[in-house]
Order: sequence, then structure tokens, then C-alpha cells
Amino acid sequence: MDAPLRTAAHPTAPSLSPTRRAWRRFRANRLGFWSLVVFCTLVVLSLGAELISNDRPLLVRYQGQFYLPMLHDYPETTFGGDFQTPADYLDPYVRQRITEGGNWAVYTINPYGPKTLNYFAKAPNPSGPSRANWLGTDDRGRDLLAQLIYGFRVSVLFGLALTAAGVLLGVLAGAVQGFFGGKTDLALQRFIEIWGSMPELYLLIIFSAVFAPSIALLLVLLSLFGWMGLSDYVRAEFLRNRQLDYVKAARALGVPDRQIIWRHILPNSMTPVVTFLPFRMGAAILALTSLDFLGLGVPPGTPSLGELLSQGKNNIDAWWISIFTFGVLVTTLLLLTFMGDALRDALDPRKAEQ
Amino acid sequence: MRATPPMNPQTQPLLQVQDLRVRFGAKEVVHGVSFDVHPGEKLALVGESGSGKSVTALALLRLAGDARIEGRALMQGRDLLQLPERELRAVRGEAIAMVFQEPMTALNPLMTVGQQVAEVLMLKQGLSKSQSAQSAIELIANTGIPEPARRAACYPHQLSGGQRQRAMIAMALACRPRLLLADEPTTALDVTLRGQILELLSDLQRQTGMAVLLITHDLNLVRRFADRVAVMEHGHLVEQGGVAQVFGAPKHDYTRRLIGSAPRRDVIEAEDVAGAEGAAPAAQAGGLSVAYPVAVPGLRGWLAKGEFVAVKGVGFRIQRARTLGVVGESGSGKSTLAQALLGLLPARGELQVAGQAWQQPAHRNSAHNQALRRQVQVVFQDPFSSLSPRMTVEDIVGEGLRVHAPQLPAPERRARVAAMLAEVGLAEAQFPGLLARYPHEFSGGQRQRLAIARALIVQPQLLVLDEPTSALDVTIQQQVLSLLARLQKERGLSYLLITHDVAVVRAMAHEVIVMKDGEVVESGGVHQVLDAPRHPYTQRLVAAAAMQDSAG
Repeated sequence: MDAPLRTAAHPTAPSLSPTRRAWRRFRANRLGFWSLVVFCTLVVLSLGAELISNDRPLLVRYQGQFYLPMLHDYPETTFGGDFQTPADYLDPYVRQRITEGGNWAVYTINPYGPKTLNYFAKAPNPSGPSRANWLGTDDRGRDLLAQLIYGFRVSVLFGLALTAAGVLLGVLAGAVQGFFGGKTDLALQRFIEIWGSMPELYLLIIFSAVFAPSIALLLVLLSLFGWMGLSDYVRAEFLRNRQLDYVKAARALGVPDRQIIWRHILPNSMTPVVTFLPFRMGAAILALTSLDFLGLGVPPGTPSLGELLSQGKNNIDAWWISIFTFGVLVTTLLLLTFMGDALRDALDPRKAEQ
Repeated sequence: MRATPPMNPQTQPLLQVQDLRVRFGAKEVVHGVSFDVHPGEKLALVGESGSGKSVTALALLRLAGDARIEGRALMQGRDLLQLPERELRAVRGEAIAMVFQEPMTALNPLMTVGQQVAEVLMLKQGLSKSQSAQSAIELIANTGIPEPARRAACYPHQLSGGQRQRAMIAMALACRPRLLLADEPTTALDVTLRGQILELLSDLQRQTGMAVLLITHDLNLVRRFADRVAVMEHGHLVEQGGVAQVFGAPKHDYTRRLIGSAPRRDVIEAEDVAGAEGAAPAAQAGGLSVAYPVAVPGLRGWLAKGEFVAVKGVGFRIQRARTLGVVGESGSGKSTLAQALLGLLPARGELQVAGQAWQQPAHRNSAHNQALRRQVQVVFQDPFSSLSPRMTVEDIVGEGLRVHAPQLPAPERRARVAAMLAEVGLAEAQFPGLLARYPHEFSGGQRQRLAIARALIVQPQLLVLDEPTSALDVTIQQQVLSLLARLQKERGLSYLLITHDVAVVRAMAHEVIVMKDGEVVESGGVHQVLDAPRHPYTQRLVAAAAMQDSAG
């Protein structure tokens, strides 16, 4: 039992910080870990959506010269057409011009952009899955797969931004309340109660009538109301942690408040924040989707899962719209939920002790 | 010394535990333990935290959560570990009952004590409502609670700690069990109450003839209470036998260490430092009062705050290189006093540290207070909450240097941290990569050493020790105390030592103040106060400790 004798129990392996140990436990959860891998892959792929799904070829070789249609607009006359307007690379005539003889073009895997109308569809819109449109088209003749890819990207980026803003505001408010307590806490808590009782949806409707609808406006409005649940958790953690002995010891050493918050209390108060991240992101994606479904979300023309769901409702015969959109939405939310579950287990203090 | 009980080898053991193994996941915590409990016997299961003693007891009733249990536990011929859940439920409470450490959490706060005892009677003995209520009052009366009828109608929070534990015992004994498992039944109680609860258990054991399995880490309790003792270390049962035999001639090395771990006095006596009398004291206080704001109920609370005075006009003086022991029951204002001395709470009255007073309110970080903080540092009781789990050893110990010597370059700071750690007995050679380790890798005693290093790195004159060893195992306790004594000799440190353990005060302190309800009720030299206590509380405290000593 003598202190030096305990050495044998300590491996010489490098010491792991609590964060690293939590990461290990997270990795040990295969469902959660692979959900993270799949989700990250999907996000990275969707970030490069232009390279996957685009109505312009990546590279064109025409009469001994290279063209980059993705970066430059070329009039149709460049490729021997009749019009000065930008070339429509899906036009069978243009397509023939740039692929015959020694000319060639590299198209993306799915040759449609999110706004591309397929004027050359063989069936009336919305048309079902076919060789030309793998997942079919929507009621305006836009390719569904392209819509889903771009819609997924918008949803995920919006979810990330909303989560980040919410976490920032929530942690800040919770930290101030919990650390200073007393009158500060009381005042902020009353403010939160008043703020939280505002009818969010009505405000959105009013604001979307006053301002031109945009994603940025939506982000600001939702952020203003999205931080309150989190601040309660951070506040509780701060209230608990600030009276622990290590904080008292730091005070006795004369460590300034700022540093006590930053170095001592905050790192030990992040568990609920991190645990809720995936769930909050799922909720943010769902919020955007439902607002879009109601027509209160992103401006018209922006690819969006909610708008597709609403199309699916209006065209109930076009089963592919509802089914595939629903599939993307469910997959996204499931992946986030699995990650959240794994994260919650990894950060569980009871498991951390083992 | 008590007489050894009649040990008839012919009597069938009440409980035979054979090769009991308990495993949580892949980790085995009890490695093949075997022992017998005879009818009417008092067996003590002793060991330090983590030795598997509580798990062993819980495993007998299959209450140890999701543990995997192997081996056999024969109770009158039936194997408890193989019984179906239905039959086991009948065994629990009727044949074997249990008393837990913390009565506040073991009792349901929403039911009166009487109802809870009566419920057991209704469930297990099928008594009617009025019958069981009547018997509950009798049972409560048997445990020595005054005014049993009135107390039975009380909720747990309305009883004192000792009374709650008595009520727990009444509940456990409701069905006249053959065996009582008592898991640290006195640990959560004030020192002066511990003896009473043990006497109660002894009396009841004699009256009912049941067997008692006492689980404890406190050797004094074992000496006073048990007939036989079984010593556990790291999940192994290393020694068992009669109390007199094990304590008189311990065979196993660990038992010997456990018995030899009482705090020993190894400090420079007061007379030897008399030369320092002329120098300025490390700290001194006179008429010191500390008050907390408390909420006033009702509408007046919106406008005004009430005041709770936790420390009332306390005076003391701590000389250089000496220790002032502060003794008192919980709630007597000891810790508040310590916080005022540390400049963490605003205080009224005279209070000087190293010849300088705090600028009030003391918790403000003015330049003067900031400089003074260097002179007085603190070591807390709980080694687990006193170190931030997300900081490395280097960051924890080096924090004081960052604040008080920010000009120090990083390599120099690291060197000082390493030197300080070596001084408290944590050397790089024993712990490779010591500076980059996190607290979770250290045991309680090692964490306490880290806390001491953190406090001493700014070279204070005065160290406030708030129950520094009461959360540690006995063998570790002695190591930490001798480290503190050595540092005092080498560095001329002064200590304010808060504790309720008379043995620790006797070993460490030069002078003692005894606090009750925020006031000093007795003060003087350590021998004077502890050998001839004048105040009733001190007398009770010393008597409780003395009973334990003489029993050994």
C-alpha cells in the first residue's frame, strides 16, 4: 500500500486525458463509430456536390482545346451551336457536338444540378425513376437525386451552424448564470422565461413577411430561440462545479475569475453540451425541414428536403418523391441518433470510472 | 478484553461461504473467499476501500447490481446463490437483514419512519395495519429512541443521524432475522454517536441471539464489537480468526500493517520551538465573525437578506512551525473559519495572516489580497473533488506559479513542479511521464500528495488542512500525516488542522481549539485539552476515542 509500491499498477503507456478516454469508449461502440464515419463521408461528399451532380461537364475537349464549363460560361456558339446564350450541355445537339470525333467531355455521375429542368424527359413531370433520372424528377422536372444531394447539404450545414450558434449562446449564458449566481442568475433566468414564452412560429411568419426570406435570416431567428434548453444544463453544471474543492483551491491561489471559468469549470461542464450535440443537430435539421414543409423556411428555389416532402404530399401518386426524401431524412436522423447514443455512453461518468 | 464466546465446533454454521467469486464485466473483484458465520456470532469483515468487503456482503443477497457471482453460500443447507428470485426475496429481510452506511438515503423520505417499519411487518409477517403500527412503535422503542410513538410519526429528515440509523436497525430487525449484515453502520455518524450505535447492536444481538456480519474499515470498532475477524485485501481473504488472536499475533503482513497504522506523534514539541515565540505569528485572529446571507421568507425577502453567523467572535494564534488543531462536530463552523482564514469569505474582526490583514471583503482579488494569498494555502478532505480531472499534473501543481510568478519561463516552471512533486514523494522515476498524467491515475493518498504539492509550490507560511486524512484508508493516513510532519520540520510551516479524529489531533497538533455552534468553547495545549477536557462536548469526544483506545 505504500505509495511507491503502487507504481506496478501504472502502465508506462502515455497518460490519456479524459477526453481521449471518452473517444476510446466511443470508438468501442461500433454502431456509433460507424455512424460517425458514414455521416462524415456523406457530409464531405455533399460538400463536393458540384463534382457529383451538375448539369455542366467537368472538362470538355473540343477541337484541340480544353474547356472548363464549371468555371466559365461558354456560349453555345463555342461548340458550333446557333445561339449566343450559354450552352445547355444536356441538349442532345450540344452533347453530340462535344462528344463526336476527337472531342470528348467528362460529365458528372449525375448530370443534373439542383435547378436543372430536364426539358428532354420522355415522361410528363413528375416522372418516375428511369435511366435518365435515377430517382425520377419532381413536379417541375428537376432531377430528384440532385435535389436530395443539395438539399442534404443545405440541411446539414444549416444544422451545424444552428447547433454551433446555439451552443455558443447557451454556454455563454449558462456560464454567466452559474458562475456568478445570485442576482445575475435571477435576472437572466427571468429573461429566459420571458424570451422562452415568445411564440416562435408567429415571429417567423411575421419576420418572413417583413424581410426578404433568406437562410441567414432563418439562422439568426432560430438561433435566438435555440439556446435556452442548453443554458439550463450548463448553468446547473457550473453551479455544481464552482463549489467543488478544486475551484476553491484555485481561488485560494488567487487565480482570476476569467481563468477559473476557462481552465477549471468550463472543461468540466461540457459533458451535457457534447452529449446533446448530435441530438441538437438532428432537431435543427428537423426544424428546418418542417419550416420548409410549411413554406416558411428557405427562399423558393433553394433545394430543400422540406420542400420535397411538401411536393410529395401534393403529388401523392409520385411515390418516389416522398419515399426517397423520407429515406434521406430518416437516414440522416438515425445516424445522428446512433452517434448521440454512443456519445452519451462514452461520456457516462459511471462508465468512465471503469 | 472480552471473553471469547463459546465456540462449539459441533454447531452447524449458520452461513457457509465457499469460494465466493464476484466479477463485474471482465474484472474480478472478489477472488475466492471462504468463511463461516456461526449462530449468534459477531464476525467482522475488515478491509480498506476497494478490498471487496462490501461487494462480498451484497453478493450474498445477490444485491450487487449486474455482478457475476460464483461459488456457494449455504444458509442452513440452502445455497443462496442458486435460489430462485422468489425464494430469495423471502430470505431477504426474514432470514438475513441488512443495515446500510447512510441512513438518509436508505430510508424513503416520503414515508414516516413508523410506516416504513410497519410496511416490513405487513409484507413479511402478514400483520394487519393496526397491529403492525403497534409493533413498529415497540421495535423503535427497543432501539432506544426516546418518545417512540412520536418519533414513529416523524419523517426521516426530522430525525437526527443517530436516530435515523436506529430506525434503520429497527426495520432490519422487524422480522427477527437470523443474520444481520451491517455495512459500515457507523461511518456516516458523528464520532460520539458511533459507540452508542455499536452498543445498541451488541445489546440486540445478545437479546435475539442473531449472528452479525459487521463490515467496516475501522479496527477500533472490530476490537470493541466482534468475536471473530476476517481481513480482506484486494479481494482476497488474507487472515481470519478470533479477535484476540488476530490483533495479538497477526500472521499476515497486511494485517500487521493495518494494525500498526494508528497515527504516531512525530512533531517538534512546543517547548522546542519556544524560541520562535518572539517572532510574528503565522496567523492570528481576535473577535472574528463570519456571516452568510440567507433568504428571508415571505415578502420581506424581496427587500432584505437575513444573516446566519457561522463563526462568532473566534480568537486564536498560530505560531511559526506549529499546528493548531480545530475540533468540533459537523456544522460547528470549522470549515467556515478555514475559508475566512484563506480569504475566501468576507469576515469581521481582527484576522492577520503573516502579519497582514485581508482587505475586506476578502474574496475580492485586490492586489494586496492577491499577494497575501501566497502566504496561506489549503488542502481539502476529498482527494477526488480537489483536483480537476481534466488538467495534467503539471498544470495542477504549476497553477500557483502561473499566477504568482508569471515571468517564470516554462522549462523553469516545469523543473520547480518536478522538484516539488519529488519533495512530497512523487518522483518521475516511479511514475514515468508524471507531469503529463491526469489525476484519475492516482490513488487517494497520491492525490492528497498532489494537493499538498499544489499548495506548497507558492511557498506559503500557513497551510490550512481541512480533514486532510479522513477520506483516506488507515494505512495511507499515517503516510500522509508523517509527510505533513516532515514538511513542517523542514520548511517551518504552520498548520491549521481541522479534524474530528482525536487520534490525528493527538499526533499532529500543538494547540487545540474546540468549536461548538460557531464559538470556541475550549482552547489550550493539546495535552491539556485532551487529557483534562472541561467542556462537555470535548469530554464526550475524548471519551468516545478513549473507549476505543482502551478496548485495544
